[in-house]
Amino acid sequence: METIIQVKDVGKTFIGKDNTVEALKGINLEIHRGEIYGIIGMSGAGKSTLVRCLNFLEKPTTGTVMVEGKDLAALPEKELRQARTQISMIFQHFNLLMQRTVLDNVCFPLEITGQKKKEARVRAKELLEVVGLAEKAKAYPAQLSGGQKQRVAIARALANNPKILLCDEATSALDPTTTKSILALLKDINEKYGITIVIITHEMAVVQEICTHVAIIDGGELAETGTVEEVFARPQTPAAKALVFQNGGHYEEMKGKRCIRIVFKENSSFEPVIGNMVLECKAPANILLADTKDIGGVAHGQMILQLPEDEILAEKMIHYLKEKKLEVEELDNYVG
Amino acid sequence: MWDNATIMMLIKETGTTLYMTLTSTFFAYVIGLPMGIFLVITAKDGLRPHPVAYKVLDFIANIVRSVPFLILLMLLIPFTRFVVGKSYGATATIVPLTVAAAPFIARLVESSLLEVDRGVVEAAQSMGASTQTIVWKVFLGEARTSLIAGATIALGTILGYSAMAGAVGGGGLGDVAIRYGYYRYQADIMIVTVVLLVILVQILQFIGTKMSRKLDKRTTG
Repeated sequence: METIIQVKDVGKTFIGKDNTVEALKGINLEIHRGEIYGIIGMSGAGKSTLVRCLNFLEKPTTGTVMVEGKDLAALPEKELRQARTQISMIFQHFNLLMQRTVLDNVCFPLEITGQKKKEARVRAKELLEVVGLAEKAKAYPAQLSGGQKQRVAIARALANNPKILLCDEATSALDPTTTKSILALLKDINEKYGITIVIITHEMAVVQEICTHVAIIDGGELAETGTVEEVFARPQTPAAKALVFQNGGHYEEMKGKRCIRIVFKENSSFEPVIGNMVLECKAPANILLADTKDIGGVAHGQMILQLPEDEILAEKMIHYLKEKKLEVEELDNYVG
Repeated sequence: MWDNATIMMLIKETGTTLYMTLTSTFFAYVIGLPMGIFLVITAKDGLRPHPVAYKVLDFIANIVRSVPFLILLMLLIPFTRFVVGKSYGATATIVPLTVAAAPFIARLVESSLLEVDRGVVEAAQSMGASTQTIVWKVFLGEARTSLIAGATIALGTILGYSAMAGAVGGGGLGDVAIRYGYYRYQADIMIVTVVLLVILVQILQFIGTKMSRKLDKRTTG
């Protein structure tokens, strides 16, 4: 597929009065036409700076940004502004003109490109149809809900038929239901008009919902890039893992090497043996394999557990299980 | 005191005050509005950062405002004479009033424009808007209620200054208050002029508030 955005060795350093911040370091990205590309990172990771480098709202300190084969740094100001009309952007706080009606907000980018007022209004009305807000044309942004404001912002962003749509935390100020509907709208736009979408977010759920590709940014550097499936199935870096598992809360890797096999024969299916053991010993055990069945109220089958590193705790667990009349067998070098 | 001549004079001088106030506010905006805009766009995080231009404008705005108006009035006499041909009378007063009010207005405009959401400016930039478009359509459009509120404050202040200018033969209600009320001990005339000045400020304030309310679309009401 054709590359639409190419980011090469981009770095951005902010020089403050008494400190310099390296917001981006050696970023390399390639985004193809028609993709929905997620850029995800914790707050302060540099993702907002990165997306602003894609339309040169921030000029990178080093490296190049090529959009549709044009090096943005090489463009004179007028041509850069021309290029920006093809790279739309929507924002977390919508950034609508509060003193203009919804319709006039959508007309604004058309005024910038010098279209006639009458034609602009016709086009704006069409766009409001697309985002499902035709009846709000005469309302002012202050009278709209967050989701509606973002729809207006999307209509405005589409006005000049852009090739690319940048979304900077576009759903972060919205509730989950509204987020879903906005994401659905973005997906629809991507399919209908073939617009390449770049989504900046800190929520993995957003990436999961609509993105085809994802880049994980951490401390100003790209930690991982790939298709969403790849990164989800096998997160390589700590940053990726932290994001993938962000809904599951913390997770610590089990360090213990000692594994046991327990066999269920006569225990009641209704007795939560492992759960009770964990509660009793106040330490986690890792279930590596479980193959049990409930046969007439009696548990049958086996489980393989990885015990904690602490010897005393491990012994306590084995003792507990034996007390519950389970067969316990130590396994050497169990590989799951 | 309520003879025809006095009443006619009060009416005439009220007109003179209004003439001085409105004309000098107009000219002060001709200078102060662009100055305020340049202060905002040349600032460090403005659209066109320009430290030298900013420093110069900033310095001018501060220095003119820190000279007491009466002193400025005297200092400007040669300049006033150069511009209008004489240094007394209502028209001559417009010159120092304008000079004194312009930097004040520049600051009012600056603070109004700085209230405009940075995000909206950024959105306009992302759409490829030129600096000129952003100034006209985003800054002035979005700040309009604040600008009108500022203009109301400016009118009130300039009206006060114009009364002060009466002391040096500027004409208008301030002149009447000093000549009749102060030099001739006619307290009743002084009170009437003060009441007239208060009424003028009230009317201007009323119109200003009404207009800025009407134009404000940021509220849900």
